Amino acid sequence: MTAARVRAWLLADAPASRAQARLGRVYLGVAALSKNPLAVVGLVIVAALVLVAALAPRLATHSPYGQDLERRLRPPEDAHRFGTDQLGRDILSRVVYGARVTLAIVVLVAVIVAPIGLAVGTVAGYFGGWVDGVLMRVTDIFMAFPRLILALALVAVLGPGIVNAILAIAFTTWPPYARIARAETLTIRESDFIAAVRLQGASPIRVLWGHIVPLCVSSLIVRVTLDMAGIILVAAGLGFLGLGARPPEPEWGAMVSEGRQFLLDQWWIATIPGAAIFLVGLGFNLLGDGLRDVLDPKAR
Amino acid sequence: MDVTVTTPAGTGRGAWPPAFVVRVGRLAVTIALTFLGLLFVTFVIGRVLPIDPALAILGDRALPHVYERVRHELGLDLPLYHQFWNYLVKALRGDLGSSVLTGRPVIADIRQFFPATLELATFAIVLGVVLGVPMGVWAAVARGRWPDHLVRVLVLIGYSVPVFWLGLVGLLLFYARLDLVAGPGRLDVAYEYVVEPWSGIVLLDSLRAGELRVFRNALAHIVLPGSILGYLSLAYIARMTRSFMLAELGQEYVVAARVKGLSEARVIWRHALGNVMVPMVTVIALSYAYLLEGAVLTETVFAWPGLGLYITHSLFNADMTAVLGGTLIVGVAFVGLNLFSDVLYTFFDPRAR
Amino acid sequence: MVTRPLRLLMVGLLLASLAVPVAADTPKDTLVMAKFIDDIISLDPAEVFELSGGEMIANLYDRIMMYEPEDTTRLVGGVAESWSVTGNGRTFTLKIRKGLRFHSGNPVTARDAAYSLQRVIRLDKTPAFIVSQLGWTKDNVGDLVRAVDAATLQLTITKDFAPTFVLNCLSAGVGSVVDMKEVQQHERDGDLGYTWLKTNSAGSGPFRLRQWKANDSVVMEAFPDYRHGAPKVKRVVVRHIAEPSAQRLQLEKGDIDMARNITPDQLAALKNNPDVVIGTYPKADLYYLGLNQKHEHLKKPKVRAAIRWLVDYHGMADTFLRGQFKVHQAFWPSGFFAALTETPFKLDVARAKQLLAEAGVPNGFPVKLDHANGTPFMDIAQSIQSTMGQAGIKVELVPADSKQVITKYRARNHDIVLLYWSPDYMDPHSNADTFARNPDNSDDAKIKPLAWRNAWDIPGLTKKADAAVLERDAEKRKQMYLELQRTIQQDSPFVIMFQSTEQATTRKYVKNFVSGPTFDTVFYRLVTK
Repeated sequence: MTAARVRAWLLADAPASRAQARLGRVYLGVAALSKNPLAVVGLVIVAALVLVAALAPRLATHSPYGQDLERRLRPPEDAHRFGTDQLGRDILSRVVYGARVTLAIVVLVAVIVAPIGLAVGTVAGYFGGWVDGVLMRVTDIFMAFPRLILALALVAVLGPGIVNAILAIAFTTWPPYARIARAETLTIRESDFIAAVRLQGASPIRVLWGHIVPLCVSSLIVRVTLDMAGIILVAAGLGFLGLGARPPEPEWGAMVSEGRQFLLDQWWIATIPGAAIFLVGLGFNLLGDGLRDVLDPKAR
Repeated sequence: MDVTVTTPAGTGRGAWPPAFVVRVGRLAVTIALTFLGLLFVTFVIGRVLPIDPALAILGDRALPHVYERVRHELGLDLPLYHQFWNYLVKALRGDLGSSVLTGRPVIADIRQFFPATLELATFAIVLGVVLGVPMGVWAAVARGRWPDHLVRVLVLIGYSVPVFWLGLVGLLLFYARLDLVAGPGRLDVAYEYVVEPWSGIVLLDSLRAGELRVFRNALAHIVLPGSILGYLSLAYIARMTRSFMLAELGQEYVVAARVKGLSEARVIWRHALGNVMVPMVTVIALSYAYLLEGAVLTETVFAWPGLGLYITHSLFNADMTAVLGGTLIVGVAFVGLNLFSDVLYTFFDPRAR
Repeated sequence: MVTRPLRLLMVGLLLASLAVPVAADTPKDTLVMAKFIDDIISLDPAEVFELSGGEMIANLYDRIMMYEPEDTTRLVGGVAESWSVTGNGRTFTLKIRKGLRFHSGNPVTARDAAYSLQRVIRLDKTPAFIVSQLGWTKDNVGDLVRAVDAATLQLTITKDFAPTFVLNCLSAGVGSVVDMKEVQQHERDGDLGYTWLKTNSAGSGPFRLRQWKANDSVVMEAFPDYRHGAPKVKRVVVRHIAEPSAQRLQLEKGDIDMARNITPDQLAALKNNPDVVIGTYPKADLYYLGLNQKHEHLKKPKVRAAIRWLVDYHGMADTFLRGQFKVHQAFWPSGFFAALTETPFKLDVARAKQLLAEAGVPNGFPVKLDHANGTPFMDIAQSIQSTMGQAGIKVELVPADSKQVITKYRARNHDIVLLYWSPDYMDPHSNADTFARNPDNSDDAKIKPLAWRNAWDIPGLTKKADAAVLERDAEKRKQMYLELQRTIQQDSPFVIMFQSTEQATTRKYVKNFVSGPTFDTVFYRLVTK
């Protein structure tokens, strides 16, 4: 097939299969996205993050853990492009490996949070009544609780570590997702096609799973992408307060925290991982912003 | 003329009891439940926290009988449900208890720490509103052109930057290198005991006492952390303003107003912005509430003696009475601001009336 | 139009932020000091047991016996002018100095001194053990501690302790003399003035407390009628600044006169600053690893020996700990009576591997290391992790808030713990009591010395330590402590690594700050600026 024919197939007015229709939608989305230069920049940054994480062992010039007290606090130079930290570890290598930590946190939080939010929100919205009341009151309580402090408390309870930080962040991030899913469900619930499905005798679970959930997914994806940066920042904040990854794990927030002692004389130790957090956050935000324009034209 | 407002949420039907009453009633229930929930969550965290609260009071070297006595005084030797009951009863009586760390009533501690947070958050929100709203309007009006892109980039940077890092870099640059602002803390020691605390908000107290030097020094201290937090809320506010304005500018009445020959400025600033202001109040209230709780990292970096630092410090000493007190205050602020914007909504949004 | 006022406001704010003034110098008559003081929970001398609190009350109260800033290692009479020991060494008679006054103007009498000690026993807070070990209880303290007349204090002890040991106990914070009349005026519900004294002072020391704001500041004012004359500065402000780099920055700017918690690397950068002087003061704090003997591998003597060769003592002391830690490997700090100063261990991975092989774990084993957040623990822990890793011991670091670490330690739930220990009073028994004594190793033991926390059952050593504290012959006593230290150095759950040194940094014009070997021999009264 030539490119033109592929395009025609993708854009067919009457797709012959579900797969064709879906791919067509994706293609349109990608096409729209590529017209937004900022979103492309975002995509490039996120792709770079994934690549760096995947190729960390090849990109790193040193071991991220290897200490050398003789060569500590070195400024950026040929042997150490980003300099060394207070224990003589190569900062470039640590930042590169840190991409893995960041990526793991973001992905895992998203994987945990979206389904929880979706489940709570759609159930509350679909069933209404006391189910809605109970679920939404619980959501409200979590919303009223100071988020970072709750996350701090949870990590303090669970002990520091990446997994626990992920759990704590997930635990404090789901309520907005539940709200969004509920709002979407409320509008969908009343629509004619749901009534039709219900008349056909579909069970509530079937209606929820087969018809409502898929319709909520796109707005959740936008929200997740937009939230990625926020998640990265909370994770880095926990790391900064000493509650994220355990040393010597090269977590960027913790690296900033370690480097703050040296900010005045060895600026690179805190500044470079901080810049990495910023860059990746920006990447996700640019991408999310573009995605929102594509997937959710109402919010333009 | 068809005047409607695009609102992010809220429905109203012309039934009895009036929507207003229903909303307030529902809110009251929500508030009550929220507080119960907060109590429960703080209690659970306090009990499963792997820190021995008696240690915070006694240190590590107390004799066994002293240790037992303090555990008894704290009620730690009672069964869990009994402990929760005591905790609940006391809190409901409005007795937030005494901090085991400072030995003072939690209320007194909060009275000391909260004004600092309030001052910082207010400074930031004023900055955020004053700059963010016009920027959002500007971006919406110039949609798709360079001002829009500029605002968008500014907003996204604000959404992406780690506040603790920005604070550190800001201190390095503006305090250490350029000497433009004062360092961490709220005041230089030279000015610290000049003004008697009245509201606890130094900027106000110093003006009230007519101590301009103190005021200037306090300003020099708050400018950097305040601006950094202000930037973050600016990003949020500008973005929301833009999207509300876009929705509003697409409305028919705007077209009609233009056709009627009203000046563009009048259409934008008076009519469209006027209508957008109602949902914007919600946004601003939320953003303010977020600042009240979200300042932990900024307070850490700038040694700002506020509520965030107090709660965090108490948490790591297992001083759960203090954590609860601080959290409740933040919770109250949160719910209160929500309530405020909700009521405002009800009054100004014709559909919700 | 809304724009115009908005614009004006914007411009105004911008101008205001640009026109801000630069910091002012500190006031001439005030010493402004940056220090971590978030550990203070009380300033009642019957309760104070925290490092910063101890330092504060050392400047607010005179003690019965005390160390003076002129010589922080020589025990002299404080409120007491002279003393004599009679009755087989069990009766101490102390004469109170004449003409002393409290801050309130009340005269200092033996009754105040007796009241102060009785109050410590009756309140029974953490540091009470320092005097209750002399045999005093709530029931007998009224008889055993009494004022014969306004100028004579008589103390009776119930065991045959060395007299120097008893006098040392009276020089601790609990030996502070409080103003009985003043305290009684503030007594509520029979609390012996405890609620009030937590946040106020009623002493006869060189300073009086003006204000303590938790986690923020302590402000004290000079007492003009102090027995050695009024302090040179009128006021001392101790500010809690949690960041060493912020302390350094503010010191360089002249926002503060003195910084107490600047790290070695920061100091290296300060050395070239002509406006700043670095003072060095040896301390008695020891940094050590505790190896839980319940751990299947750590309980093996060869493993314990191997770990002693897996710490890069000198590498750390010469780099990120430079100037603030020296290698010290015995349980009593050098510079004091009966200290063992030999340091036989250094990093030797090959030797450690050999020992591990002999212990039957040639490939090492995984183990957790609990330690506090923050400097220097984070860096020490990571260095140890790295060097132990070289011999195959896979260390997982578990950083937490220090109270959390101690909670776990007290429950014996750790594998390895990294902590520090500072003596309660400057007698070797203070440390022998915890490193070399473990009278009951059962899980529900009442007393939890460091040996117990590491589940180290040592009936033999406990007896030796008990004998040493009762030995009256100073030279014999010294040999007994040296032997105890050697035993523990060679084989014990304790890998003692460093003794700390305080480096206090001041502006050039600040002179005569005194920081003695312990946390409560830090004195402000001679400071000039």
